[in-house]
Amino acid sequence: MKLVLRHVFVLAVCAFALFPILFVVSAAINPIGTLSSTDLLPNGFGLGNFADLFGSDIYPFGRWFFNSVFIALVASFASLLLSMFAAYAFSRMRFAGRRAGLLALLLIQMFPQFLAIVTIFMIFTRVTELYPAFGFDTVWGLLLLYLGGALGVNTWLMKGFLDTVPKELDEAATMDGATHAQIFWRVIMPLVTPILAVTALLAFIGTMSEFLMASVFLRDPESKTLAVGMFGMIAGDNRNANFGMFAAGTLLTAIPTVGVFLWLQKYIVSGLTAGAVKG
Amino acid sequence: MAPDVPGTAEPAPRPRRESSSRPRRNLTTAFVVSRIAVLAVAAAILLYAVPPLAAAGSWFGLWVLGAATAVIGYLYLTRRFIPAKYLVPGTLFLIAFQIFPVLYTMTTAFTNFGDGHRGDKQAAVVAIETGSVRQAPGSPEYALTAALRGGELVFLLVDPDTKQARLGTAEGLEPLAGAQVGITGKVLSAPGLTVLKAPEAAARAKDISALSVPTPDGAIKANGLSRAVEGKAALVYEPACDCVRGEGGPWTADEGQGYFVNAAGEHLAQGWQVNVGFDNFARVLTNPTISGYFAGVFGWNVVFALASVAGTFALGMSVALALHHPRMRGTKIYRIAIVLPYAMPAFAMLLIWRDMFNRDFGLINQLFGLNVDWLGEPLTARFAVILVNLWLGFPYMFLVATGALQAIPRELTEAASIDGATPWKGFRKVTLPLLLVALTPLLISSFAFNFNNFNAIALTTDGGPFPAENPQVGATDLLITYTFRLAFGAGGAQFGFAAAVSVFIFAIVAVISATAFRRTRKQEEVYA
Repeated sequence: MKLVLRHVFVLAVCAFALFPILFVVSAAINPIGTLSSTDLLPNGFGLGNFADLFGSDIYPFGRWFFNSVFIALVASFASLLLSMFAAYAFSRMRFAGRRAGLLALLLIQMFPQFLAIVTIFMIFTRVTELYPAFGFDTVWGLLLLYLGGALGVNTWLMKGFLDTVPKELDEAATMDGATHAQIFWRVIMPLVTPILAVTALLAFIGTMSEFLMASVFLRDPESKTLAVGMFGMIAGDNRNANFGMFAAGTLLTAIPTVGVFLWLQKYIVSGLTAGAVKG
Repeated sequence: MAPDVPGTAEPAPRPRRESSSRPRRNLTTAFVVSRIAVLAVAAAILLYAVPPLAAAGSWFGLWVLGAATAVIGYLYLTRRFIPAKYLVPGTLFLIAFQIFPVLYTMTTAFTNFGDGHRGDKQAAVVAIETGSVRQAPGSPEYALTAALRGGELVFLLVDPDTKQARLGTAEGLEPLAGAQVGITGKVLSAPGLTVLKAPEAAARAKDISALSVPTPDGAIKANGLSRAVEGKAALVYEPACDCVRGEGGPWTADEGQGYFVNAAGEHLAQGWQVNVGFDNFARVLTNPTISGYFAGVFGWNVVFALASVAGTFALGMSVALALHHPRMRGTKIYRIAIVLPYAMPAFAMLLIWRDMFNRDFGLINQLFGLNVDWLGEPLTARFAVILVNLWLGFPYMFLVATGALQAIPRELTEAASIDGATPWKGFRKVTLPLLLVALTPLLISSFAFNFNNFNAIALTTDGGPFPAENPQVGATDLLITYTFRLAFGAGGAQFGFAAAVSVFIFAIVAVISATAFRRTRKQEEVYA
């Protein structure tokens, strides 16, 4: 067929996909580092913005970077595990309230979360008084908060995928005397790598970009995540002047995500499909 | 499906004759170790969590903690309740940080919680009385020395006539023995107290001006750092008539509104939180200034969510279709290029897009040689946010469509073309329906997500542009950004009202999604 047309179309979409990224790259290596002096194509080359970013006294970028990656890794790993436990129960076991539980998981996601912020703020004001280690301005408190969302759409995706794993496998293992825990860890987990990869990536991306909760929760500059910290970087009057630094930060923020993506890439398409078809 | 599938039940309830031939359950090492681990973790959490709760005297908290630990301990030590073993860990977090906050928020929808109505009535009375303090005529002007008793800030007050020193705290006045008073009336030292030097006192100026020492007639407050005066409350609450007497009054308590009101219908600024029943909900529906905007915002909200889902799906699927051809070359490189927007941090890219649409030095105007105020005009702003959302969302749709396409057997489309269908017809009648069946659940959740896509609006236009006559509702405002402004905006927080609006949002999204789910026959399969 008209292969040329296909190429033309895909190239046009690629251009649409890539030009903002090209702009970010151009801004990041722009030696002047302001918004007004940045063009689509780089008009100079300098690593000054990156140097500013790490040398800054006001913006502890390295610290934010560490906080973000740490929170995203731990939160996505832990929520993956919690979600997988629940999906295993929902897919393989029959119990009262199973159907209601699945529906409730879907419904609770549809409540505009941020409005609960007032309540969450009040809860954590109390927690900060009692257990400062899990209170405001700590990564552990924010992690707990994020784990509240562990069960949700991801559980549905995983359950859908688990439903496609033949039940005969568990039955065979049961006949051989395996307990439910052994079946979960030894039989199921190795088979669900694709969907684990997908949900891990989704959770990682989601946590890296999460802004609203983190902005309420983290007020101390040292404890901020990239989303909160970098938002402050171009707030108000600094919008033009710090644009280069902001773009450099954006590129650096993308590195862990792209890394995780490339690492998990071979599982992603198959995982998304299988989950989507059934769940 | 049979309720008792092998593999779902514990091996424990085995028929009797079998259990006589082999032990009911081997006590494996893993079994023992896991139980010990559960006990150890529970004990560690208890050890960590109990002392602060006990110190704070929070017996209810202790009770909840104890009960939860006991239930969890029992759950993991017994062999029964297997599904619960897998569900409880995630559910605990879900209850604590999602369900409880959401339910609590919903209950505030029935109150007038917000600025002016934050605390209870007692707190309102205290605020009204202390807020109305004026200097009592003829009261002495004390010489003030700030000091610390332990960590607590206290006042050392010296009467200018009698030269007698007294100690003022937030509880009241106490006599102070053994104080050394200097010539200026300042206290130089006192037993058991650390007198603050001038620079130290200046550093705590805020605490000093906030401290109020109650007296029988009113309160003593600092006036600067070295003088303090006794003031009298101009408004005084009288429990007998449940009213506030004083200037402009009497102000009688109105439990319906949560305000003290006077005969002229005015109210004091400080009120308290009361139940208002369905008033907030009625206000959304009946108040013309609100319901008029609500309809408009809702309409745009639906358009935005639909356009986002339809646009991202159409573009993502088109690219997936274009690449889905056996003789297509370079698919790997194309795929990475198209997925790249998804890997970029969304919050940062939204801000970058905002700047690309900037009128004066934005990239879009520069590239096309235009001078359009993209985010300043309602129509272009709406177009811009949909375009930005398209850019952010289509790679995801591309990924899922690619996956779903690969799952559709090629024989189907081949059969269609052999039967004489044009490629377009083959796509319309075979490929698209199959794709939709596979992707409808994802499309619905994408709709629900975009319906409440706070970031996409808040980080780009922030709801703007705003019409001159109403700075509360902008052209690109979604219900959720509009609600956010109501709840936390500059016009004063109205948490109760905002909670009512969010209950509406929740109902709308839930109804739309539930209907859509019902229409997909896949539902039954999901529950199978």
